[in-house]
Amino acid sequence: MLKLSHISKTFNPGTVNEKVAIQDLSLHLEKGDFATIIGSNGAGKSTMFNAICGDFLTDSGSIVLDGQDITFMPQHVRAKNIGRLYQDPMRGTAPGMTIEENLALAAGKGGWLSRISKSDKERFREQLALLDIGLENRMNHPVGLLSGGQRQALTLLMATMNPPKLLLLDEHTAALDPGTAEKVLNLTKRIVEEHHLTCLMITHNMQSALELGNRILMMDSGNIVLDIKGEEKKGLTVEGLLDKFKVGVGKKLDNDRILLSNEK
Amino acid sequence: MTLATALSLGETALKLGLICSLTVLALFLSYSMLNVCDLSTDGCFTLGAAVGAAVAVSGHPFLSIIAAMLAGICSGFVTGFFQTKMGVDSLLAGIIVNTGLYSINIAVMGGSSLINMNRTDTVFSMMKDVLADTPLKGRADILVALIAVAAVIAFLVVFLKTRLGLAIRATGNNADMVKSSSINPVFTTIVGLCIANSFTALSGCLLSQSQKSVDINIGQGMVTIALASLLIGGTILGKGGIFVRAVGMVLGSFIFRLVYTVALRFNMPAFMLKLVSSVIVILAISGPYLKRQWPQLKRRMTHKKGGF
Repeated sequence: MLKLSHISKTFNPGTVNEKVAIQDLSLHLEKGDFATIIGSNGAGKSTMFNAICGDFLTDSGSIVLDGQDITFMPQHVRAKNIGRLYQDPMRGTAPGMTIEENLALAAGKGGWLSRISKSDKERFREQLALLDIGLENRMNHPVGLLSGGQRQALTLLMATMNPPKLLLLDEHTAALDPGTAEKVLNLTKRIVEEHHLTCLMITHNMQSALELGNRILMMDSGNIVLDIKGEEKKGLTVEGLLDKFKVGVGKKLDNDRILLSNEK
Repeated sequence: MTLATALSLGETALKLGLICSLTVLALFLSYSMLNVCDLSTDGCFTLGAAVGAAVAVSGHPFLSIIAAMLAGICSGFVTGFFQTKMGVDSLLAGIIVNTGLYSINIAVMGGSSLINMNRTDTVFSMMKDVLADTPLKGRADILVALIAVAAVIAFLVVFLKTRLGLAIRATGNNADMVKSSSINPVFTTIVGLCIANSFTALSGCLLSQSQKSVDINIGQGMVTIALASLLIGGTILGKGGIFVRAVGMVLGSFIFRLVYTVALRFNMPAFMLKLVSSVIVILAISGPYLKRQWPQLKRRMTHKKGGF
């Protein structure tokens, strides 16, 4: 489904701020793969997502999504096939517009001059009801009035309304309180299973990295250093994972968020 | 002041308020919706006036309206193109286009800085002929302006609910979200500026035709006057649907003109208009900011006096 071949990206080349963010990274995701990604601070996790989405062009290598080479495709064109959630719940929705209007934009049906029809509203209401957080009765409220968790759930719905070929989740529950985070995570699990989405999820929570999906990717210094799948992943524990990382990379996993969340 | 003078003052304010509210509605689209402060407004206003006058003088009063709006669309396109495709900052793009338009406007006016339309058929003079034997006699100017404002508001109410309209609003609200909805923000920004500038040009065209002349400075300071009206309107009717807010813009424009007309009546010299509008804009924008700063300032002062 997704094939990254030898992509590299260096920021500010030739200056004192030069930073090699991704180096010769290759990844092959099968259709229906759900891979969780963990890694050190600055390992290039989000940069990899940015490269896939087209926030910038990679310095070398190619990106192929479902047989189509998207390496040089503009960002908004790629977005047709890629759904994305950011850590910041504010980034995925327009706060000054109503829930209904946000959904209408995400639905992307009809011509430029089409308006929200009654059947659209009905469909939006049904889909909102599935989120089970009472948004279906607030369709005319501005999104800015919603809580972070509600906004993230709405963004998730918007990103998967037309099931994308690839769903990218960038620590999308990290800014939420634990209760809400769990709810959004369960929602994610359900939606991914329902549409059989191919999905990449960055997380700092080792437990959910182990529980979710069929594959774990570990990143360090701009590359994927461990790729655990199938039977090998099933028996894995948090300690086992940390050990594997240490062996694979030759140093301890260095991510303050992971360490903090494990202390609890 | 007698009742008659009061009424005539009100009428002048209403006419000017309505005509200039078209520029306010243009900023409502570009400034409030698209979140772009379009500083080409002054030049575009004059462009509309100049093109409208040139076409009207050659004997096409209705075509002059369309020509002025098309000219506005072109001007908006250039401003939009600069800021989305050429990497020019949006404020700078507006200023540059505004400067360039000065030469274009004089060229449109045939090299002179003044066009007189005293003997020219305009939409206003035609409406006057139509209304000659009706009870509305003498209200032709206001009626024409009212029709234009109603048409623009109706367009905005319908348009901003379409998919394109929603996309333009979202572009000003959260550009990231627009991109991830597979919409090109370059496209929405340019379309939004084209539409807004067509309203600005229409506004200029109508003002010049109602006062039967254009001079090159007709649009000077328009952006500040329109912003002042927009902010006044937003304070009165800032909450609610598009229709309510658009009506608020017209109301703001009327109130601004009314205050100004009354001030003129009390011997304020006419050249003060622009200073008054600047002060209103400054007060309206900095007011909420200073209000937020006030608690901190108070704390500092109590501290200085030896308190906690």
